[in-house]
Amino acid sequence: MNNIFVYCEVENGKVADVSLELLTKGRSLALQLGCKLEALLLGHKLEALEQQLFLYGADVVHTADDVRLSPYLTLPHTAIVNALIKQEQPQIALMGATTIGRDLGPRVSSALHSGLTADCTSLEIGDHTENKTGKEYKNLLYQIRPAFGGNIIATIVNPECRPQMATVREGVMKKEPLPAPQKGEVKKVDVSKILNDADFVVKIIDRQIEERKIDIKGAGIIVSGGYGMGSKENFQLLHELAATLGGEVGASRAAVDAGFAEHARQVGQTGVTVRPKLYIACGISGQIQHTAGMDQSAMVISINTDANAPINQIADYAITGDVCEVVQKMIKSYRENSK
Amino acid sequence: MPKPLKIVVLAKQVPDTRNVGKNAMKEDGTVNRAALPAIFNPEDLNALEQALRLKDKIAGSEVHLLTMGPGRAADIIREGLFRGADGGVLLTDRKFAGADTLATSYALSRALGRMKPDLVIAGRQAIDGDTAQVGPQVAEKLSWPQVTYAEEVTSYDGKEIVIKRRLEHGVETVSSTLPLVITVHGSAAECRPRNAKNLMKYKHARTATELQEHPEETHANALKDKDYLRITEWGVADVGGDEQQFGLSGSPTKVKKIENIVFAAKEVKRLSADDRDVSELVKELIANHTIG
Repeated sequence: MNNIFVYCEVENGKVADVSLELLTKGRSLALQLGCKLEALLLGHKLEALEQQLFLYGADVVHTADDVRLSPYLTLPHTAIVNALIKQEQPQIALMGATTIGRDLGPRVSSALHSGLTADCTSLEIGDHTENKTGKEYKNLLYQIRPAFGGNIIATIVNPECRPQMATVREGVMKKEPLPAPQKGEVKKVDVSKILNDADFVVKIIDRQIEERKIDIKGAGIIVSGGYGMGSKENFQLLHELAATLGGEVGASRAAVDAGFAEHARQVGQTGVTVRPKLYIACGISGQIQHTAGMDQSAMVISINTDANAPINQIADYAITGDVCEVVQKMIKSYRENSK
Repeated sequence: MPKPLKIVVLAKQVPDTRNVGKNAMKEDGTVNRAALPAIFNPEDLNALEQALRLKDKIAGSEVHLLTMGPGRAADIIREGLFRGADGGVLLTDRKFAGADTLATSYALSRALGRMKPDLVIAGRQAIDGDTAQVGPQVAEKLSWPQVTYAEEVTSYDGKEIVIKRRLEHGVETVSSTLPLVITVHGSAAECRPRNAKNLMKYKHARTATELQEHPEETHANALKDKDYLRITEWGVADVGGDEQQFGLSGSPTKVKKIENIVFAAKEVKRLSADDRDVSELVKELIANHTIG
């Protein structure tokens, strides 16, 4: 059939957002290719989740329900995914670029000798001509990702090997349910036929799950601070501005390294990628590794004492002056002028 | 006391992409890669530290580095020796060139087959590609289990190794038997610095190729019969295997297109920090519904 596979992550009895985002993307790719979308659902007590996958466009859900499949372990999940790929021969397989997807994806690709591209920011369908051989390929998956510390954007293709595999980070693709769930088919996987004792050599002794408290990805407004903020106390001003505007506080790597902000707030290549409607960069010089994570913002305001800071090259408004002073004025002005 | 372990640390020499300064920018606004310094991939240093800690605890254990790259990547082995490793292998051969992560992992796994370690530790990912793929792909090629995103190897009693993992939503502690591949996250302990005694001992460590290419290094050449100063170099012939699986031919992924990020100047409105400018901006943002 050569369909599209999406590996769906389950955590605390819920399907991860990134998996629903990938189903949404997979649906549009399947439409373009004229093939079906198949979801892989591995875990335990999954009955309630299948309908949700149909709502996001899955035509088929392969359910592997077994107490040994939850929580996630590398080898058992690899064994099931490998078996399903061998059986169904999908042309494309997508996973989240999470700790699970980045643990599982390379393992599967290595076993099947298929190409995998990590952390794609865009997936498209297109044709390809191999330079060396002149051979033409129709309808390949273009796997587009930043590389080299965000300094280049590379388009990767897998001409010969199947499936074409890619991981995508959470929040990069849009999540969109169908108006009504479509009638799909559930296929039960016979887990015991696939797993063996050797798959359980790694054992989980303890898990301390902390729900993520800080989440700047979904914020429409981000007030972000850099090393130029000078201190943790000054960073408090950014929290005040963010609270006033209904936004979240972000930070550059330098500010996080200096202890001004928590790592979860870090924006950029090694942090979170954000695209809010407004990004206020306070005391951020604008190194590429930072701008790679925020240059898709609809509007950027930069506040910096240095009129020539690189961040100003991508800013819509560049305010030159003392950052604390300007932030205080913005808070005051907003309170005076908002309804 | 557990029996001594042979640990191999996978390390990569990478261009320092983290701090691209103005001097590394070309006039067209793209990065001049040649101007970036070559460094020891940061998370591979975290991996080396975890290996050295095990060596400290278990008498008789050895830590060896394995790296793949051009001749100058011998620097990675030397750096490892200066910090406490016992030896290393440089995989270098034109036939390895153009390898994607899968072909790289094939070459590394072939070399590991010859080095015969009990435990392989690698950084989670390299800063030039950020893929985090090579560790798990090597583990699969060896048919070994893996523990990724490790923050600390907390214990090893000769049978079970216990590892703390750093995940997005918290911490997980796992146990496994050996052999095993571990990939180490950047939140793990920093690597110890160079040790003065090791620096003296290994400063003349060279590969055979380096000795040949630099006859003027008389000291290093005079010491060429000292085994511990010889950095092993292996090519395709030394590791064997299926030639088609190395380098470009062994790489399922092909780069179709590379676009350099160009930092083009776009229209930017310059404002001062005075009350009027700030207040006008805030009013404008409220008026166009950006805020409020």
